[in-house]
Amino acid sequence: MTTAASGFLAALAPAHRARLLGLAREVSFPAGVRLFEEDGAADRFWIVRSGSVALDIHVPGRRGAVVETLGEGELLGWSWLFEPYRWHLGAQVRSALLAAEFDAPRVRAACADDPAFGLAITHGAARVIARRLKATRTRLLDLYGPPDTGAAR
Amino acid sequence: MMTTPSLVPLPYRVVARRDDTADTATIALEPVGTALPPFAPGQFAMVYAFGVGDVPLSVCGIDGNRLTHSVRAVGAISGALRALRPGATVGVRGPFGTDWGLPGAAGSDLLVVAGGIGLAPLRPLVLAALAAPGRYGRLNVLVGAREPRELLYPAELTAWNAAARVLTTVDRADDRWQGDVGVVTTLLDRAVFEPRTTTAFVCGPEPMIRATADDLVQRGVEPERIRVSLERTMHCGTGHCGHCQLGPLLLCRDGPVVSWTRARPLLLVREL
Repeated sequence: MTTAASGFLAALAPAHRARLLGLAREVSFPAGVRLFEEDGAADRFWIVRSGSVALDIHVPGRRGAVVETLGEGELLGWSWLFEPYRWHLGAQVRSALLAAEFDAPRVRAACADDPAFGLAITHGAARVIARRLKATRTRLLDLYGPPDTGAAR
Repeated sequence: MMTTPSLVPLPYRVVARRDDTADTATIALEPVGTALPPFAPGQFAMVYAFGVGDVPLSVCGIDGNRLTHSVRAVGAISGALRALRPGATVGVRGPFGTDWGLPGAAGSDLLVVAGGIGLAPLRPLVLAALAAPGRYGRLNVLVGAREPRELLYPAELTAWNAAARVLTTVDRADDRWQGDVGVVTTLLDRAVFEPRTTTAFVCGPEPMIRATADDLVQRGVEPERIRVSLERTMHCGTGHCGHCQLGPLLLCRDGPVVSWTRARPLLLVREL
């Protein structure tokens, strides 16, 4: 299957994965709950077990625009890893969420205590960021819109 | 099995028509007299709007002699075809090009990845797979669209979900959309397939094809088992005019369906 192999945890070495999970607590949220707001303190993060979450951005005078949805195995939140530790986006539970929740200061402290663990976590988060950046750039191309030229299908 | 295409346009009549999106309609054609040889999923026809011109259209439905095409209005010819009403007559040549080669994927998991209008040529493949339960492994259909209102065949996607894993995502959600938002490759995380024994079929805009195929290779799918449908300006359908040349390939004859092994190096060359 591809699900586990592509998740954030699967990218970590077993020892680092176990160490990170040792800092987790299982949480659940019903659909509709706001997990965080833009510019709020990024003091927690999650790895989704099941369910889905919509990431949104505030647009003055309009409803928040959903820019991406996250599901099983995905890292929810990376702003906690980099100063000033403020959320870049908002997040709302879209379908009942089961997740591993982490206290950000604790994880940062563990990263500082053990540079190998810290590098693994940072590297894993960077992979997630790179992937989302690539996806965002692809979407900027507006690929499915009407083509300028070429034959019809 | 390849059949010899008819190079002379045969008259076909529009027998049904449906608006799919703001710029796309699906038309069903039946022969007025002699029918063309049978089409296979993935092949295309040259459809002539009398007095305007002809364009390549993949078949999105094959039912006996009836051919169904989803046509998106992007120019004068496709605009004229999209505007046709039942009773109108067109000229059709074909069948042209390579097909998806679905029978060769027997026993393997199937992964269908479509972007936008790219779902049209994949539709007959999905229908063929659904019609042969047990012949193939798990069937995943991943669909990306710009907006919810631009999703093709929404009712069918729901129906397919009973026997396949159908996941859809859009680039821009509206207030009513409760599904996924993001590029179609993000759906790969939730598809259920064994990469080593999976055959993938990908159609959509070229950057989407590249992103999807590269992601699949990273996950362990053999490049030879990734089949992509490429689009170029096709004209003669026989490999003579050269309009659809992509390096050593004449896509109307050697394509539109080719393996990722052949396609990847060609898609990375500039000014090819």
